[in-house]
Amino acid sequence: MSTVSSPASTAGPWQAEALDALLARRGRDPHALVQILREAQAMHGWLPRDMQAAIADALGLTLAHVEGVASFYRFFHDRPVGRYRVLFSDNITDRMLGNEALLLDLCRRLGVQRGEVRADDRVSIDFASCTGLCDQGPALLVNHHHVVTRLDAARVAQIAALIESRVPVDEWPADWFAIVDNVQRADVLLGTPLQPGAAIAAALERGADSMLDEMKQSNLRGRGGAGFATGQKWSLCRAAPGAEHYVVCNADEGEPGTFKDRVLLASHADPVFEGMTVAALVVGARRGLVYLRGEYRYLLEHLEAVLQRRREQHLLGASIQGRAGFDFDIEIHVGAGAYVCGEESSLIESLEGKRGTPRIRPPFPVEHGYLGQPTTVNNVETYCAATHIALNGGVWWAGIGTPRSTGTKIHSVSGDCERPGIYEYPFGTSITRILEDCGARDTQAVQVGGPSGVCISAFEFGRRIAFEDVPTAGAFMVFDRSRDMFEVARNFAHFFAHESCGFCTPCRVGTALVAKRMDKLAAGHGSRHDVEVLFELDKLMHTATHCGLGGAACNPLRDTIAKFRPAYEQRLKSLHFEPAFDLDAELSIARAMTHRDDPASHLETER
Amino acid sequence: MSTSTATPDASFTLDGEDVPFRPGETILQAAQRAGHYVPHLCWHPEFHPHGSCRVCTVKVNGRAGAACTVQAAAGLAVESSTDELNAHRKTLLQMLFVEGNHFCPSCEKSGNCLLQATAYEAGMEGPHFEEFYPDRPVDASHPDILLDFDRCILCELCVRASADVDGRNIFAIAGHGIDTHLVVNSPSGKLGDTDMTLADRAASICPVGVILPKRRGFAVPIGERRYDVKTVAEPGNQEAS
Ligand SMILES: Cc1cc2nc3c(=O)[nH]c(=O)nc-3n(C[C@H](O)[C@H](O)[C@H](O)COP(=O)(O)O)c2cc1C
Ligand code: SF4
Ligand code: SF4
Repeated sequence: MSTVSSPASTAGPWQAEALDALLARRGRDPHALVQILREAQAMHGWLPRDMQAAIADALGLTLAHVEGVASFYRFFHDRPVGRYRVLFSDNITDRMLGNEALLLDLCRRLGVQRGEVRADDRVSIDFASCTGLCDQGPALLVNHHHVVTRLDAARVAQIAALIESRVPVDEWPADWFAIVDNVQRADVLLGTPLQPGAAIAAALERGADSMLDEMKQSNLRGRGGAGFATGQKWSLCRAAPGAEHYVVCNADEGEPGTFKDRVLLASHADPVFEGMTVAALVVGARRGLVYLRGEYRYLLEHLEAVLQRRREQHLLGASIQGRAGFDFDIEIHVGAGAYVCGEESSLIESLEGKRGTPRIRPPFPVEHGYLGQPTTVNNVETYCAATHIALNGGVWWAGIGTPRSTGTKIHSVSGDCERPGIYEYPFGTSITRILEDCGARDTQAVQVGGPSGVCISAFEFGRRIAFEDVPTAGAFMVFDRSRDMFEVARNFAHFFAHESCGFCTPCRVGTALVAKRMDKLAAGHGSRHDVEVLFELDKLMHTATHCGLGGAACNPLRDTIAKFRPAYEQRLKSLHFEPAFDLDAELSIARAMTHRDDPASHLETER
Repeated sequence: MSTSTATPDASFTLDGEDVPFRPGETILQAAQRAGHYVPHLCWHPEFHPHGSCRVCTVKVNGRAGAACTVQAAAGLAVESSTDELNAHRKTLLQMLFVEGNHFCPSCEKSGNCLLQATAYEAGMEGPHFEEFYPDRPVDASHPDILLDFDRCILCELCVRASADVDGRNIFAIAGHGIDTHLVVNSPSGKLGDTDMTLADRAASICPVGVILPKRRGFAVPIGERRYDVKTVAEPGNQEAS
């Protein structure tokens, strides 16, 4: 992959032969459209219309279709974006570490406005959604490939100088690209060394039927957020008729503040791939796909190398471990900047080379998934857990954690604490315990599970991480008392507006209206009426959206208004022409709605 | 589901009234066939359900879902015309109005427009939200057909009609989030460079005033148009296109 060995060119004609070779390598398969666009852009820096037309032609698609797909993903560009495309991660944790000032500083040094391309086509600078490096931020992404962590003013000055003197990104100081795991607390998943192949051998020994029984006994629930029982999902997939069955690993990890899948993929890829292989044995799949988020593109070579080694070890490919008929291999698809593609049916659409619009469900992927065939989609951590279950049995796993939330959970801890990083605990661990361990002081709130999750205030810190109490997809962002929780909610509102796929009315228009209202409040122009409108939008979006993105988009707003009222009141006070804002009246609505928003009501919507 | 045994005359209730359904029907299909009005914009009896406008959102045994995508099943209790759901519908319609540029008095579709008629029926009196005023230039390049994107509600009926009926794939959806928009399949992106004709199903399917025949302005005077004569809620009067 010759992505950025030299900075991508932006002007000038594109290389027809190179595109042809790429198309040939991809078998001119229309289902590979997203991968083809990604590789074509890596060659040329952006996707000129005539190049899109050539791709459309070669794949037997219309130009409008290709245009529709290309314009869906945030990392694809239909106009030049500069030889250096610099994207600052813009999670709230990056904000708290000063990313905004650093971005403005870089813009000033390079003489370019945010979101615009410098006249000489050299550089463009913008924000992007969380890049999953919150424990070592502020972070930025260059040319959709290289990541620079722990930014500060000195490093920004150096970056500006390197860009001015056209130094290829490959030749920037190598230690800038170092990404650390920061494992602060390991339990069974992160602390037990595994022999590659041991879990496959154990599963083969047991046979597919009893392996499935072990999964059911383990009571493992999916780690991607929805918490669907993995054994049941595999069993539904296995039972569903289809010419092929597929195993898909969801490595989209787009929920801001979540980075545990990054660490699993970087340092525990074997157990992840092994879990997929065990799943393949159970459901009868011959092909597995990993959907790797575009922000983790830098992990691709490493992951390909692990796959290759596993093939050589007969842990992938034909007759795995000598078992005739057990054929399974894994390929990696790289996303292109679209949070919604973490939703399993959008993910499948994207794997099929389309816009990542969530499908109408039912039918669920277990019956009608990739290419219309039965497909099990599971989170990275879920597969990792399955490997350990194959080795040690379901009863062992069920003995860890709580009866309803078995096993351990990996948390991505960031924000106001001394030791951010990765923490693995058995389910049932209290929030207080995690805060103590990470060295958090004077904590005001924790956002558990990312913006789509729940905001926990100090008086609730005794609550426990579990599906039956505080469920989580893995993010744990800490805010001390110096933080303004309104600004936290505003950052999240912009995240959802930026990431809405645009398919359904309430989310497409609603997330934009919410973000505008929050900006209006921030500017001190808000009134009581604006807050009423926010409540109305929350109710509508919670009820009427097509997928969970829009359904969760107002969670931070609702939680922070209910729990941190002064942060909002302060904004309205400046409105002397408005009567005092009666938050209590508003709160009753919020309480009623918070009450209705119990975790169980989310479970059934996801499978 | 409470009563799962399939009876020959299976039915569910819609706001307390029995609605019979045929196997495979969605709630909206069955309701429509029985003469009930469930407000909708992106659904059309000739096409696969899409589920994007969300105006047909109902509660099925207490759980929200789009009536056009939820399969009918015996014994379901469906709520549609409740204060809460009607309020949501009004908000959704207001969202669609502020998202585009809708100047009804000067629109050729006025009186025949499903969006306008549905908003009227829902009791929508004003935009409620601030307008977005998007910049969406008109495409007048085709000799017979005008595209006024200002009014597009992204229902994708034209996309479906051109693909499924006409076999021409002239339209597609591009962009994301609030920038989602309709595009035309031609090298220039202009309709004039396509082989679309007035006889295409896609030329007559648009429920609002985006895809319009040229030189056919106001053939039926305002006041005598479809929804001037009968409201959108009357049986069989929903699909003007
Ligand atoms: C908007 C949205 C984003 C999601 N993002 C992710 C993600 O990044 N990773 C993930 O594993 N699941 C994500 N999910 C959940 C998936 O739809 C799905 O439930 C999950 O991958 C199933 O795997 P599991 O059963 O192992 O949890 C997301 C869901 C929604 C609605
Ligand atoms: S809620 Fe609707 S617009 Fe938002 S991401 Fe899901 S399908 Fe797309
Ligand atoms: S042009 Fe008309 S039919 Fe096509 S998507 Fe827009 S509103 Fe729907």
